[in-house]
Amino acid sequence: MQNLINQNSTLENNWQIVVDQASELPQGNILVEASYWLENQSELSKRPNVGIYLNGDADLESLKDVLDSFEVIALNFPAFADGRGYSLARLLKERYHYKGEVRAIGDVLIDQLYFMKRCGFDTYLLKDGLEAEKALQYFSTFSDPYQLAYDVQTPLFRRKA
Amino acid sequence: MYIYDNYDQRIVDERVAQFKEQTERYLAGGLTEEQFLPLRLQNGLYVQRYAPMLRVAVPYGLLSSTQVRKLAHIARTYDKGYAHISTRTNVQYNWPELKDVPEILAELASVQMHAIQTSGNCIRNTTTDQFAGVTPNELVDARPYCEIIRQWSTFHPEFAFLPRKFKIAVNSHLSDDRAATMLHDIGIKIVKNDQGEIGFAVYVGGGLGRTPIVASLVKEFLPEKDLLTYLDAVLRVYNLNGRRDNKYKARIKILVKALGVEAFAEKVDAEWQHLKDGPGTLTQEEIDRIKGHFTAPDYEKLTASNSLKEQLAENKAFSNWYKRNVSEHKIEGYAIVTLTLKKLGTPPGDITDKQLDVVADLADRYSFGEVRNTHEQNIVLADVKQDELFALWQEAKAAGFATPNLGLLTDMICCPGGDFCALANAKSIPVAEALQAKFDDLDYLHDLGEIDLNISGCMNACGHHHIGHIGILGVDKKGEEFYQVSLGGDSGPDATIGKILGPSFAREQMPEVIEKVLAIYVDQRIEGERFIDTYRRVGHSIFKERVYAKSN
Repeated sequence: MQNLINQNSTLENNWQIVVDQASELPQGNILVEASYWLENQSELSKRPNVGIYLNGDADLESLKDVLDSFEVIALNFPAFADGRGYSLARLLKERYHYKGEVRAIGDVLIDQLYFMKRCGFDTYLLKDGLEAEKALQYFSTFSDPYQLAYDVQTPLFRRKA
Repeated sequence: MYIYDNYDQRIVDERVAQFKEQTERYLAGGLTEEQFLPLRLQNGLYVQRYAPMLRVAVPYGLLSSTQVRKLAHIARTYDKGYAHISTRTNVQYNWPELKDVPEILAELASVQMHAIQTSGNCIRNTTTDQFAGVTPNELVDARPYCEIIRQWSTFHPEFAFLPRKFKIAVNSHLSDDRAATMLHDIGIKIVKNDQGEIGFAVYVGGGLGRTPIVASLVKEFLPEKDLLTYLDAVLRVYNLNGRRDNKYKARIKILVKALGVEAFAEKVDAEWQHLKDGPGTLTQEEIDRIKGHFTAPDYEKLTASNSLKEQLAENKAFSNWYKRNVSEHKIEGYAIVTLTLKKLGTPPGDITDKQLDVVADLADRYSFGEVRNTHEQNIVLADVKQDELFALWQEAKAAGFATPNLGLLTDMICCPGGDFCALANAKSIPVAEALQAKFDDLDYLHDLGEIDLNISGCMNACGHHHIGHIGILGVDKKGEEFYQVSLGGDSGPDATIGKILGPSFAREQMPEVIEKVLAIYVDQRIEGERFIDTYRRVGHSIFKERVYAKSN
């Protein structure tokens, strides 16, 4: 079972990720792949509770006018070593000023949570089998980072001054 | 040198705690090998042929004597009594036990050291000229900029999982390049514009490995304060666009090549426009604060030494060493000394715990308690009084550091190779040893003059064979070790990738092959020409023809 957390607690996961887009879309809150959403925009935008998920090669520019219509945007990590999601999260929040929830999905392991938090992720769908309790301890590995990012918007040398 | 404040120390201490917990979790079965891999890699831990190899970061090569003593202690306590200086000026241990590594990291943290980002697909240790700050021919001291980059890159949350490893070098020398800057993912050349302002020429996409490429200029003049926002832009473009489907095509050089330099530079510039003048912009206070850590030591007012002149005239061996291993210092009466770790019978770059203690001791007595590791795997004492060179030489000689071969044929760069490394196709150290044994006549070596001979045990090119004037690459041919020779490589300001000579040779042929190459040079050279100059003048084919000519 996959646990969903934010930085403070375990959450109920009520967004379903649609992997198989060929069959009929399920009821309730769904996350569909961004290019699928664009192709079926007219139909899907009529339906409430549709969010999108992005893969590493997503083109944010093509989505910029519709981003704010989504309550949740998930970024998929096909493997933990694929770090594109970190840049995409920062761009979503810092460049496109997306105000909704940015969720990490896919190969989301606990040792990467600190970096994800710094880049603007709000929620984390942990890889199957990982304990939420344990994971919650990993958001505060380092207390005062050198660089600015989404969570701390000035670098250490300005904060110290 | 840079001294940690409370913030720096806390980051390193927190890292020690983190890795201790991760290692315990792994050893208890709570992390799979695959999940532990990136974590140990970002702490410089590789699984090697016999034991994990731990790589300790030595930012831009600079070490205090206290740190050197700690490295000696670690070699003695947790390893087999020696360490290895790498071509990124780091220090490697080949025999630690995994369970001891958290303890070793704690020991390192106690002297302001760590193993952060010394491996893995992240931003690695930034390197520079080992003579930075003391050479007479540099624009400014490059080390403060390296330290600024070190802090920015340490646990950068966005760039911890890049497509591939990422290496940055900074050079400030006016005519020379001892850091092979043009062969880095980012090579930064410190420059001055017409208004006399300091800035950076930024070169991107250099590298060795399977596809050796010299870096291309992407920014002619980057103002000093914009350094970090521009680096953020380059890294972001790379992180999002670099190839992740094939690790041999994942370095930034492949992206630069695929897009074309101009298109790549435009992409970076477009990204940079969003970051430029933002909060990541360096402040003058911060630049000054970091520079304040690299002020000149307490030099005495000296004049050129008379006793030195006499000693040089009287002692041939001392004079040979002086000619090769001592370099000009910007302060009158001082000199830069390179202690060579290339003695016959020792793998290049290897140093014992006892020798490390001697180095620390020499640093304290002769050079303000500091040393620098070099990209050529030697150790530098940067601030030695000319009057004390003779005494230092005698001590260095006794400790095995005074082989007067700096820059000569036997001052080779050599990776650990198949004796230690799991990636290697072939052994490299026995080749180095065979060459050191064959060419041990110092008069002959001095007559040959400056030659860079570099040896790699596989095409990952840790021994920098592409940029050796003579490069040797170990290759695997149906399970047997063979060696390919290339000529004409150069790591300096006119960085060049060497050209392959022809079919590879068996290991036992190598001394004879190199002998032939050298004989052609000696035959063809004109007065005062270095090997590389002759090669460039007479061309590749004469070497090829004569080396492969049937000997009858």
